[in-house]
Amino acid sequence: MARPSTDRIAAALRSPVTFSVLAGLVIGALFLVGTGADPFAAYGAVVTGSLGADGIGATLSTGTSVLGMALALAIPLRAGLINLGGDGQMVLGGIAAAVTGLYSPLPAPLTVVLALLAGITAGAAYAALAALCENRFGVPLLVSSLLLSYPATSFASYLVRYPLKEPGSSLPQTGRLPDGVALPAFGTSTVTFGLVLVVLAAAAYWFADRRTAIGYEIRMTGLNPRFAAYAGVERKGLTLRLMATSGALAGLVGAIGVLSFPYRFLDGSLTAPGYTWTGLTAALLAAAAPLGTVLASFFFAVLQVGGLSMERTTEVPRELTQVLQAIVIVFLAARLSFPRRRRKTAQEPITQGEFV
Amino acid sequence: MFFDSDLLMSALRALTPILFAALGGAVCERAGVFNIGLEGMMLMGCFTAVATSWFTGSPWLGVLAAALAAAAYSLILAVGTVTLRGDAVVLGVAMNLLAVGLTSFLLRTIFGVQGTFDDPSLTGLPLVGGFSPLAYLAWAAVAVAALMLSRHVWGLRLRGVGEAPEAAATLGVSPARYKYAAVLVSGVLCGLAGAQLALGNVTLFSENMTAGRGWIAVVAVMLGRALPFGVLLAALLFGVAEAAGFRLQGLGLPQQATDAAPYVVTLGALFLSTAQRRRRTGRTTGVAS
Repeated sequence: MARPSTDRIAAALRSPVTFSVLAGLVIGALFLVGTGADPFAAYGAVVTGSLGADGIGATLSTGTSVLGMALALAIPLRAGLINLGGDGQMVLGGIAAAVTGLYSPLPAPLTVVLALLAGITAGAAYAALAALCENRFGVPLLVSSLLLSYPATSFASYLVRYPLKEPGSSLPQTGRLPDGVALPAFGTSTVTFGLVLVVLAAAAYWFADRRTAIGYEIRMTGLNPRFAAYAGVERKGLTLRLMATSGALAGLVGAIGVLSFPYRFLDGSLTAPGYTWTGLTAALLAAAAPLGTVLASFFFAVLQVGGLSMERTTEVPRELTQVLQAIVIVFLAARLSFPRRRRKTAQEPITQGEFV
Repeated sequence: MFFDSDLLMSALRALTPILFAALGGAVCERAGVFNIGLEGMMLMGCFTAVATSWFTGSPWLGVLAAALAAAAYSLILAVGTVTLRGDAVVLGVAMNLLAVGLTSFLLRTIFGVQGTFDDPSLTGLPLVGGFSPLAYLAWAAVAVAALMLSRHVWGLRLRGVGEAPEAAATLGVSPARYKYAAVLVSGVLCGLAGAQLALGNVTLFSENMTAGRGWIAVVAVMLGRALPFGVLLAALLFGVAEAAGFRLQGLGLPQQATDAAPYVVTLGALFLSTAQRRRRTGRTTGVAS
């Protein structure tokens, strides 16, 4: 990894990631022109609205959830596994944390720790179930994780509409957590200790990826599953462990969401912002590399929060940021980069990749 | 009587969108293209159908436009996987996300509403003999697809391309051309699925209204082993699950339980079918990075 820095910069500029992000921004600008808005003003509003004094708090609290979900999706992705059930795992984590927070007889600080652990456990168990579906029944992980996600969100929705519903409230939500059962916030902002937790998780992921045998096994499996299997990596066990870790993080995000404002489980409040999909996009953009995932998560958090202020100043719907995210990944998946000698990879059949 | 003709009728009505999308998925599967972008293609079809029907007053033009728009959208998958050799799984997931964002964006820019667009003057598809005309088309499409794949030279070549691309290329059959064709066919079928969903099952567009049906279609392809009649049976299973869910709701079961029913049934069916076969079918989804 000791390349001269100029080479690195040149390589970074030519990388498909840079191309995809720029292409996304250019296409976004075309959309903006199409709706009659000034793209420079709109993008300016995104930056100032998300990084300015009154936006940075929202960016960091959004970033907490996005980074948490991005890590949850990056960890299995590093081994070439895709967990599409993040929503279900996150919501179950949220419900578990809410129930713990409401009914735990322990003092408040202990209850917070317990609620976080309950969220982590619920998410991990549910993701492990999806891994078992693949290992035991041969149902592809992609499909099992996603299909399990729907009943989980329905179940949570049922719980907060009937048995756990706050009496007298018109909203499908649990009662408010008792006083003190909340993650400490920084000053008066909405940024909580949850940010520290996900950053610590990112650091742990970086360390495991770079410095431990298991991290090496995971990377090898992602690069070449057959070689890894030959070298003695036990795939089923790895899948189970990776999915459990992934679900644990998704559950943690759910628990953090419940233990910060609005300090309760409100149906849809965890899934509506689309953290799972933004996180997946960030993980894909970074090819699941630890530091890259952190950067990409921050970038998308900026887009998501900035999208709101863009809507306020230019009247362009904030859904545009969703479009941008997806376009970036479409370009990335299509492996487009700035024109240069395209290296042929040897392992693919020659018959693919011809023009019609 | 819980299982009566009414239940069967509503099951048959519920299965049409899944059947269209799953047929498209089966054609792709046979050509060796892994298509998990069905959901996004369907959603594009839903929006185009509603928008066109609204502006022209003709649901039929809506159906046509939906088929064309979804086919155009499916080109992303064709170009991305066949020509540029990108990762089909990541592309499919990205297409599904893009469709959600794009349709929500267009919903707000064109109709100026968020969430749901439904207007009494939006014209839906008429019923013919208790079914949407598209339902008959879907059943006919099953037969046509089965005949094509087993008898017609195009279908045989398509299968050859899926099973042994090099061999097909040696015989002068262009794999890329057949793969493009398969993806475009799946686009048209998903467009019809979307039109049926938005102008047949209901008459409205709401954000993310496909709600996982495209994924159920992906599972239906697996269950039906990419055979048209197998896919029909798998889609029927889903239709029965959805219809039974509505019936149970009438008997006092909470709506959330019935919402979850189709996914649980689909997953259960997958367990049974793979446990029965005891063959390895799982595709590994390596992410090209």
